[in-house]
Amino acid sequence: MTPTLFLLALFDGIAYAALVFIVALGLTLIFGVMRILNIAHGSLYAIGAYATVSLSGWALAMGLAPILAFPLMLVSAVLVGLLLGGPIEWLLLRRIYDKPEVLQLLVTFAVFMILEDVQRLVWGTRPYFEATALQALGNVTVLGVTYTVYQLILLPAVAAALLLGMRFFLRHTIIGKLILATTEDREAAQSIGIDADKVFLFTFIVGAALAGLGGALASPTTSILPGMGADMIVLSFAVVATAGLGQIEGAALCALMIGLGRSFAVYVWPEAATLVPYAIMVAVLSVRPQGLFGSSSARKI
Amino acid sequence: MKTWLLTALCAAMPLTAAAADKPASLKVGMTTFLTGPASVFGVPAKNAAEILVETINAQGGIGGVPVEVSFIDEGAGAETLTSEYRRLAESGGADVMFAAISSGNCQTLAPLAEDLKVINFMWDCGTQKIFEEHSYKYVFRTQANATPEMLAAVIYLLKTHPDFKTIAVVNQDYAWGRDSWDIFRTALMAMKPDVKVVGEFFPKFGSPDFSTEISRLQALRPDVILSTNWGGDLDTFVQQAAQRGLMNSSTFVLPLAESSLERLGSSLPSGHIVGARGDHYFRHPERRDDDAFKDFMARYEEKTGEISVYPVFHTAQAFAALQAVYEKAIAANGGDWPDEDQVLAAMAGLEFQGLGRPVTIREDHQGIEAQLMATSVQTGDHPFATLENIMIFDGADITAPVGEVSVDWIGGLDASFLDQVGVATYAD
Repeated sequence: MTPTLFLLALFDGIAYAALVFIVALGLTLIFGVMRILNIAHGSLYAIGAYATVSLSGWALAMGLAPILAFPLMLVSAVLVGLLLGGPIEWLLLRRIYDKPEVLQLLVTFAVFMILEDVQRLVWGTRPYFEATALQALGNVTVLGVTYTVYQLILLPAVAAALLLGMRFFLRHTIIGKLILATTEDREAAQSIGIDADKVFLFTFIVGAALAGLGGALASPTTSILPGMGADMIVLSFAVVATAGLGQIEGAALCALMIGLGRSFAVYVWPEAATLVPYAIMVAVLSVRPQGLFGSSSARKI
Repeated sequence: MKTWLLTALCAAMPLTAAAADKPASLKVGMTTFLTGPASVFGVPAKNAAEILVETINAQGGIGGVPVEVSFIDEGAGAETLTSEYRRLAESGGADVMFAAISSGNCQTLAPLAEDLKVINFMWDCGTQKIFEEHSYKYVFRTQANATPEMLAAVIYLLKTHPDFKTIAVVNQDYAWGRDSWDIFRTALMAMKPDVKVVGEFFPKFGSPDFSTEISRLQALRPDVILSTNWGGDLDTFVQQAAQRGLMNSSTFVLPLAESSLERLGSSLPSGHIVGARGDHYFRHPERRDDDAFKDFMARYEEKTGEISVYPVFHTAQAFAALQAVYEKAIAANGGDWPDEDQVLAAMAGLEFQGLGRPVTIREDHQGIEAQLMATSVQTGDHPFATLENIMIFDGADITAPVGEVSVDWIGGLDASFLDQVGVATYAD
């Protein structure tokens, strides 16, 4: 492998990892705070993508500027968080926090199945492709290979901003501290007057919006079609489990490991590219069952 | 009194027998993908089937009997599929089954059709192995198979780009992606042994991201890139390749791209090779002036808002075969409704015409179907690429002969084969 190819594989791995991390961030945040593994996260990702395609398709048809596709991504993410995340927590999850984990898993899986069918009802089975946002940013040529600015620069930048922003939010803002306190000990937090129900609702909305944002950001790069959510939940779960459930910085590192592992495999041993993320997961979990950064202590994030 | 009754009964019997023979309807059970990624093929096929049945029944049905079609979802999984198939063929009273889109499902359902003694038309699946490895009494194929489809792509590539040196492949990591590359590579190596394969990539089925493969291909700079991807995977690959300029530096060979033309819009540039799994194209050069063809295309577009793609043509072939075989069997039966054995007998050498050229059923039950290959062109007449430099290859020349195993037969070909294949060429 020449240094050039090494760099190319590095770029591809980072771009891929960025997208996976954004989705995994929401998943691990929800698990860290609420101790619920939300399978429906995959559907929220897909619906974020569909919503972006519909909204930006509509905006373009109205003759609006292509650059508006970016704010529309944020709009889609917020809509997913508020219109889907909110009701899911408020109507369903709130009732099952003290139930066995298997039941919680089944409930979120049921929500996933329902939302998969909702997608088919609303958007049909036809693949969509809406790359206005990506085209608006143009291309760069690095070492004779053309990349899109969107994938090479924007996605990693957004991922890094989200990682730093989330750290700052949890440690240096009031709401963040309320979340941390509730995560640490729900009963103690309630006894000093923290409304844990509100904290959970807020966390779930933020987590759901992150899934939606992941879908929105992925939408200009890939075909939007039924089944994309299932794919993403498996991959982001692999990232989250490898890192240790609830570990935000760990998820970033594992997303990077998995992204780079996959892209180097394409260069060195293409046959194994699909296997790599799961091989990494198996290797890590067989040595450290709680994940790379997971611990059995009470502190989750 | 008793004798009188008996005589009356005897006299009435031939009459009742003949009348009872003609059923109230001719029941067809069709398996198609209504869910999952392959619904990009299954849903158009279902829409086409509904239009075709409507047309047949408006013209008085087949031999005066109206056709009734019910659908089974192939996306529901093999177990549900087989039990639904069994139910429809046994208690549902289906006279003829159309199955399937997926090659895996064809391999599961062909022996089942044989057990259930129900006539089955394999209307869309690609695997060439069915009749090469088994022989069936009840199973027929109303279309070609992967061998002529891939051979046509190789021949078109060699005729239009005789001097290319290197090729890479990006196929889906499942049976179709692997098998189609096997056939393509064998044919290419037999006819042009100096070509070098510089990269073989098999991203997983349903892969949302080909960025790494595209970077690698940009570094490799192959003259030709083959991809037998379809549906969302093909759309994603072509879009991502176009976004990053890969389509300007390599010629793409996309044997299933006819089914993605409309969705790809302006992303598929001019100059890439497009196939259609048969002579299927909404502007078929030999058929586009026929009234029946024009009428169907208009009705399909009106119903779905989309242009017809190859599964629509395959559906039309299956229904054309149904109509042709029953009409042939009725004629052979002196105008009376035929029983199943008479229908089976009429399948031998059957010729029928859907929306492409006529198709014939060979003695091993394989259909002989022409193959259309062409080059994409953005003319501005449509908001998507259309086809130019169209070649239609005679199906009989490029289908492995009866009793031959495709890969062995293809491996024995050489460059002279290129000139032996019957071909008709059209500018657009």
